[in-house]
Amino acid sequence: MKQIICIGCPKGCHVQIDETTYECVGNACPRGAEYAKNELTDPRRTLTSTVVIEGAAIRRCPVKSDRPLPKAMVQDAAKALDEVRIEAPVNVGDVIVENILGTGCNIICARNIAKA
Amino acid sequence: MKNCYDLIVIGGGPAGLAAALSAYENGLTDILILERDQVPGGILNQCIHNGFGLHHFKEELTGPEYAGRFIDQLEGTSIELLCDCMVLEITDEKVIHAVSPKTGYLALEAKSIVLAMGCRERTRGAISIPGTRPAGVLTAGAAQRYVNIEGYMVGKKVVILGSGDIGLIMARRMTLEGAKVLACVEVMPYSGGLTRNIVQCLNDFDIPLYLSHTITEIRGKNRVEGVTVSQVDANRQPIPGTEIEFDCDTVLLSVGLIPENELSRQAGVPLDFRTNGPKVDENLQTEIEGIFACGNVLHVHDLVDYVSDESARAGKAAAAYVKGETAVGDYWNITAGDNLGYTVPQRVHRAADGVQIFFRVRRIFANSVIEVTCGDQLLAKFRREHMAPGEMERINIPKALLAKADGDITVTAKEA
Ligand code: SF4
Repeated sequence: MKQIICIGCPKGCHVQIDETTYECVGNACPRGAEYAKNELTDPRRTLTSTVVIEGAAIRRCPVKSDRPLPKAMVQDAAKALDEVRIEAPVNVGDVIVENILGTGCNIICARNIAKA
Repeated sequence: MKNCYDLIVIGGGPAGLAAALSAYENGLTDILILERDQVPGGILNQCIHNGFGLHHFKEELTGPEYAGRFIDQLEGTSIELLCDCMVLEITDEKVIHAVSPKTGYLALEAKSIVLAMGCRERTRGAISIPGTRPAGVLTAGAAQRYVNIEGYMVGKKVVILGSGDIGLIMARRMTLEGAKVLACVEVMPYSGGLTRNIVQCLNDFDIPLYLSHTITEIRGKNRVEGVTVSQVDANRQPIPGTEIEFDCDTVLLSVGLIPENELSRQAGVPLDFRTNGPKVDENLQTEIEGIFACGNVLHVHDLVDYVSDESARAGKAAAAYVKGETAVGDYWNITAGDNLGYTVPQRVHRAADGVQIFFRVRRIFANSVIEVTCGDQLLAKFRREHMAPGEMERINIPKALLAKADGDITVTAKEA
């Protein structure tokens, strides 16, 4: 048995998972079991960060991965975003970086920013 | 610009936006929001991490996305929004004095007011850390604004004091931007932040959390050069001999939030010393008729989703007030009994259609019960598997149970 704290929602259930059968106890909803299994097999995290934006009233545009990235690649992906420069206007959902580091995940815009 | 409105909302953050939209949906059309920043959205604009909206929108959004959903809803309504506008004073006659570069000085009359000014962070001065006064000591929220909006990195080697959510979120954020976060130091024996944030912001990046520890000295002449961290005893006094030295150039403080009530105080709105926010009834009306309060100016919330819900109720109540439909009659007081830090609301109309009570417990509870009593009479009982001071609780007392009260109401928590 391994204990994994689910980060699916603010409740933060302490899930006990069997490492071979992936049977779970302690999760208040099914997402906890799925999360715990993924933590053992393929841990992933959503990345949120910023990129440089030009031509806007603010200097940084918030972005996020459109789906969770492999946990081990989160820091590299954040670093890769250091080089990205975008131009206003942008809208929520615009793809900023396609298939970042070959993960199959896109980095998308998370704020509507008008041209200044 | 007109100088008289049915409703003026002070603050265009999540609370103000939700209150204005709800007042509009409930029949008011003559609404003005005053916001001091250049854009609406408040603190959410700098909270670029995700985790917002799970209750309200049933999906996980970042702060700017969450704010954007509300800002988009303003479109097509008659709600006016004036940004870059600083409110200087509110009088008990509901006259609002404000200035903005666009309009100059304004004196606006309001039939009703919603206070939605939010909160601000406690600073180094508020917690008196000994040591020198070098650059590099910031509140976590200030650092968040520098990094996420202005695009300035605030340090390379960081120690975070306080394990509130903003501190935890900034531990991850600074790490992703290339800084080394050496430690997160918490004076209490438990974290003040959500468990999920301990996991995904500290554990994921192997950042150690020192519980029952505090910073006992900050060193450095021009810039922070290091801090001393000591363990504390049960009375939060440093224990000699437990000192750990950290070489760092930055200290971020995440040591609590204070509702920003200077305007409320000036207007003569009575405040509750436990919440530092206005005293309100079940409709979120303060003790001045027609002035309502919601969001972090009322009491500090953990989740913006709850701010939106609460603020929608305040907006609806303001609309009812303008239409002359507000509840009248006598009140029962609601008191925070054993193990509760506070309750919101602090009083309820005797004939109210039930009441939703928010509170925080003073310590961590495993299996426990919340009891709502009136004298010797038990009105309602709620079970909880887990309660912590870092997590706001809420209970609903339906009309039928409230009607049984024949005096003031007390809420207590105890082990089951
Ligand atoms: S198991 Fe469900 S309820 Fe528990 S933390 Fe995960 S998502 Fe939330």
